[in-house]
Amino acid sequence: MSHPIDVVVTGLGATTPLGGDAPTTWAAALAGESGARPFENDWVEKYGLPVTFAATIKVTPDEVLPRPEIKRMDPSAQYAIIAAREAWADAGSPEVDGERLGAVVSSGIGGIWTTLDGWDTLREKGARRILPMTVPMLMPNSPSAYVSLEFGAKAGAHALVSACASGAEAIGYGVEMIRTGRADVVIAGGTEATIHPMPIAAFAASRTLSLRNDDPTGASRPYDTDRDGFVIGEGAGVVVLESAAHAAARGARVYGRIAGVGLSADGYHITSPEPSGDGQIRAMNSALAESGVAASDIVHVNAHATSTVVGDLIEARSVRGVLGEDSDHVALSATKSMTGHLLGGAGALETIFTVLALHDRQAPPTINVENPDPELVLDLVRDKPRALPEGDIAAINNSFGFGGHNVALVVTSA
Amino acid sequence: MAHSEQEILAGLAEIVSEETGLPTDSVLPEKSFTDDLDIDSLSMMTIVTLAEEKFDVRIPDDEVKNLVTVGDAVSFIAGASKA
Repeated sequence: MSHPIDVVVTGLGATTPLGGDAPTTWAAALAGESGARPFENDWVEKYGLPVTFAATIKVTPDEVLPRPEIKRMDPSAQYAIIAAREAWADAGSPEVDGERLGAVVSSGIGGIWTTLDGWDTLREKGARRILPMTVPMLMPNSPSAYVSLEFGAKAGAHALVSACASGAEAIGYGVEMIRTGRADVVIAGGTEATIHPMPIAAFAASRTLSLRNDDPTGASRPYDTDRDGFVIGEGAGVVVLESAAHAAARGARVYGRIAGVGLSADGYHITSPEPSGDGQIRAMNSALAESGVAASDIVHVNAHATSTVVGDLIEARSVRGVLGEDSDHVALSATKSMTGHLLGGAGALETIFTVLALHDRQAPPTINVENPDPELVLDLVRDKPRALPEGDIAAINNSFGFGGHNVALVVTSA
Repeated sequence: MAHSEQEILAGLAEIVSEETGLPTDSVLPEKSFTDDLDIDSLSMMTIVTLAEEKFDVRIPDDEVKNLVTVGDAVSFIAGASKA
């Protein structure tokens, strides 16, 4: 049985390694482009970074935002505000009472550029040179707060933090705000700006990054036998969520609906996913139960699949565990092969991809899979997009995070 | 090193312009930071911090409330940088 309050998606916005907006990003994803590029700086020589590339943002904020905004926002908030403005305009700038408008924008890591720049300033110049905006820029709720300020969202401004599941969890919480009657419209998404040498060194230290330095665009290869870790990315994805009744009353265009939200925790290990996939399965099952969608209606899964040796296969087995034989007709896409891993932005960007896949009836490709892992038990969309069926169709977007956070969203066509 | 009042005004105008987006030629000595340039207390403290570094002076916190206009700030910095 589906939830009595239907939540639809009426606006999309993104700034990513593939493009400065959602349509450009989506077109590049359908074309199978990679956003990974070598660093254009001295980090490798200076700090001995073992990784020499990342999926950096395609359109930098200084090309888009006025100087004073650049100076008062951490890059993570800059990306979020760029994506939120696009999503809001895309939704037709809905007329809504501020007390019925929410903002839920998450970051997995927060304003780490600001934190580390502040530390550098303190050590080089002393306390007197630390700028007064440092705290409002580094706090992890800063992107959410700026979105709330910009659009007058007064129903609540939230920033749920669950590492690489943060962006999906934000959208899930936005859905709940509407379903519990706290808001009619919610601006929800995720953002991350972590391409700084310290976090890159730290991710490399945890042995989770791909070291394929001689082939940056081929490095992110989920489900390929030679995958060796994820490619760090950056950027933001933001959607406008709306109760179906509110959207219908204003004649809004509806891209699709977020029909079910499933949340769970592994309670197992701080970084490793629980091997049986129990937590992932529980998240997907509860999202399906809330959505009222039958397993047989799922035609597409946007996998979390970061291109790590262990994680990709656990997820594939979990999907099969949930859908059983119905997984035979599921088109599985691992879009991090193109975007890199946006960490706290990933779940939001991949929700946008999932919504657009159903809307445009095209599952995006997974690139770089030369030799599919023989243990992969699902049908992977490789190299070119695949047509999805007409009629009412549904998909699952999975997002998992360090700490054992599992978020599954069931998306349905409009 | 001491700066002329003209140099200080030009330097301060650059800082204010970066912070507010206002053109530098609108940052004139008679303008009030709060009433004319719409600068809030957090922005004012940012401007003070950047001005201290740029002109190598110290602007004590309890002096900031006396800096009502751009001209007040220019005079204070000129006086402080001579000392």
